[in-house]
Amino acid sequence: MVDTVFAPWDDPNVAPLISFKNVTKRFGDFVAIDDLTLDIFEREFFALLGPSGCGKTTMMRLLAGFENPTSGSMLLSGHDIAGIPPNKRAVNMMFQSYALFPHLSVWENIAFGLRRDGVVKDVLNARVEEMLKLTRLEKFGRRKPHQISGGQRQRVALARSLAKAPKLLLLDEPLGALDKKLRQDTQFELMDIQEQTGTTFVIVTHDQEEAMTVASRVAVMDEGRIIQVATPEKIYEAPNSVYVADFIGDVNILTGPVKAAGVDTYSLDFGGTEPVTANSDRAFAEGETVHLAIRPEKIGIHAERPDGPNTVQGKVLDIAYLGNLSTYHVQLPNGQIIKAQTTNTRRISRRAFTWEDLVWISWSATAGVLLDQ
Amino acid sequence: MFGLVGAPQLAFCWINDLRRFVLIALPYFWLLALFLVPFVIVFKIALSDAALAIPPYMPTMKDGLSAMFLQLDFENFVFLTEDDLYWKAYLSSLRIAFISTVLTLLFGYPIAYAMARAPHEWRATLMMLIILPFWTSFLIRVYAWIGILSTEGLLNRFLFWIGVISEPLTILNTSTAVYIGIVYTYIPFMILPIYAALERLDASLIEAAEDLGCSRMKAFWLITIPLSKGGIVAGCFLVFIPALGEFVIPSLLGGSGTLMIGKVLFEEFFSNRDWPVASAVAVILLLILIVPIILFQRNEQRQQDAEG
Repeated sequence: MVDTVFAPWDDPNVAPLISFKNVTKRFGDFVAIDDLTLDIFEREFFALLGPSGCGKTTMMRLLAGFENPTSGSMLLSGHDIAGIPPNKRAVNMMFQSYALFPHLSVWENIAFGLRRDGVVKDVLNARVEEMLKLTRLEKFGRRKPHQISGGQRQRVALARSLAKAPKLLLLDEPLGALDKKLRQDTQFELMDIQEQTGTTFVIVTHDQEEAMTVASRVAVMDEGRIIQVATPEKIYEAPNSVYVADFIGDVNILTGPVKAAGVDTYSLDFGGTEPVTANSDRAFAEGETVHLAIRPEKIGIHAERPDGPNTVQGKVLDIAYLGNLSTYHVQLPNGQIIKAQTTNTRRISRRAFTWEDLVWISWSATAGVLLDQ
Repeated sequence: MFGLVGAPQLAFCWINDLRRFVLIALPYFWLLALFLVPFVIVFKIALSDAALAIPPYMPTMKDGLSAMFLQLDFENFVFLTEDDLYWKAYLSSLRIAFISTVLTLLFGYPIAYAMARAPHEWRATLMMLIILPFWTSFLIRVYAWIGILSTEGLLNRFLFWIGVISEPLTILNTSTAVYIGIVYTYIPFMILPIYAALERLDASLIEAAEDLGCSRMKAFWLITIPLSKGGIVAGCFLVFIPALGEFVIPSLLGGSGTLMIGKVLFEEFFSNRDWPVASAVAVILLLILIVPIILFQRNEQRQQDAEG
């Protein structure tokens, strides 16, 4: 049987490329990384996602060798790399500012790392040309960094960091300086290049959409800790906490005590006219306060009360028209505002609801996730 | 109709043109009056003959305009080539200026580097410390070195006290004292442009170089030095150009063995009262200085182009 799904993290026989074991990094009193344990596997495109100051950049600098852990160990292919300086690691980094050498041409920038290794001239030339081709920069080899566009600079930085064929490539907010359209195109380019070269990529980003698009797995970080590591689908559909649910995409949270209401089913009293029901694999105690997280696109909006378990009446407070989608802000009788999203399959003139309309919103018992924290 | 509309516009244009003309003319007039005219006068004196008169040269305007121009010749410039004192003094000045520029760079670069790497809140203070000596008269500061360097001076007494020497060192009135004086006086001119270049240097460039396989030292040679080249070149010219014509330092700290063109010039003017020869010396000195000044300007220009 050929397993086509790339999921080495589920296979206990695969040894990780990088493992963090109880790594802590302190700067004075400030704990940047707090007792972190994590495995990253070969050929992964791993995203570190979190707000600024969450420790994601520190983690990257630990991997690059610019910082050393205060305690714990970091293994690369099974060898402890703590204390090995950055120039002796088979790890390269693409800097957020690109850090291209302004006095060297694009060609020389890409050749820089190879020259330090004393690569033979022919091999070096071939490798640089290969990198230029990979990043579609053949025509710009002779230019200086200030003579090319932002998008081209980004590709030079990528080519330079890939030239030495590192075991691990670190990308620090690689697309942060590009405008939205270019960023989206470049995301797919990055994925193509990652697949072609087979290099393990670790990307740091604060843009959840970017992380979801490119990554095989996403780690959501907060205050030096990893809150959840999972594939983009799992992070989105099955977040393990309100923090993750709220950080990735839009979410509605209903909070209140639960009662068991059948097999893996709970009824939650969020303070509305009647309790709502939700399925959960996880068990909760009677009366425990839990949070129900439901994505806006999983909530339907109707003029008449539909059949089904979870139906609540409310008033349309606001409509955010996004072109392809519309988000309705519906105020419930208890004052809570629920976001419901619908696809605009009809022209706007034929929109069914408008401001101040009384509507029914509904969702299935499996639409949301019950979370205890 | 057109005439009525056109007249005020024409007047407006005319005023605008005049304004632009005045704006451009003012600085040129300044340069003309304060640089070109004095130079022409000096050059004219250089072409005259020495005389026991006031002013101590002839011909002057008293001899009539045509006579004044007809009696000019290049005699003094020929004289400069005949007496080896002059070209030796020029060469010696070039050598001293060059060596002290190199020494100033060697001492100035590490100071500028340390300043640029210092914590942000310290930098203004460090900068102040570099500029502070300028608040005291240059002459007094050079005099102070006599007290430090003389045989019974502070330096000798200190070295004697810690037991490094048993005989006092003769530093004053030697070339060493001149080098010390020049390096001391001109080091801020070396530090400031290098500091400016290093401060702008993005620290992530060094990290990128290390990440790509450079040791710290190698990254310094391959990244920091080339990227501060503009500052180094500017600093070297700012030291070399004034050091070449330096007069106060060699005459106060240097001995009779230290030959510098500034000193020769002074003696020609005030001891010999030979204004024409002194003027010729000054004209040649200016011609020698024009080369590095043009190179300096070109460096500044290139620097600006690279940034723009």
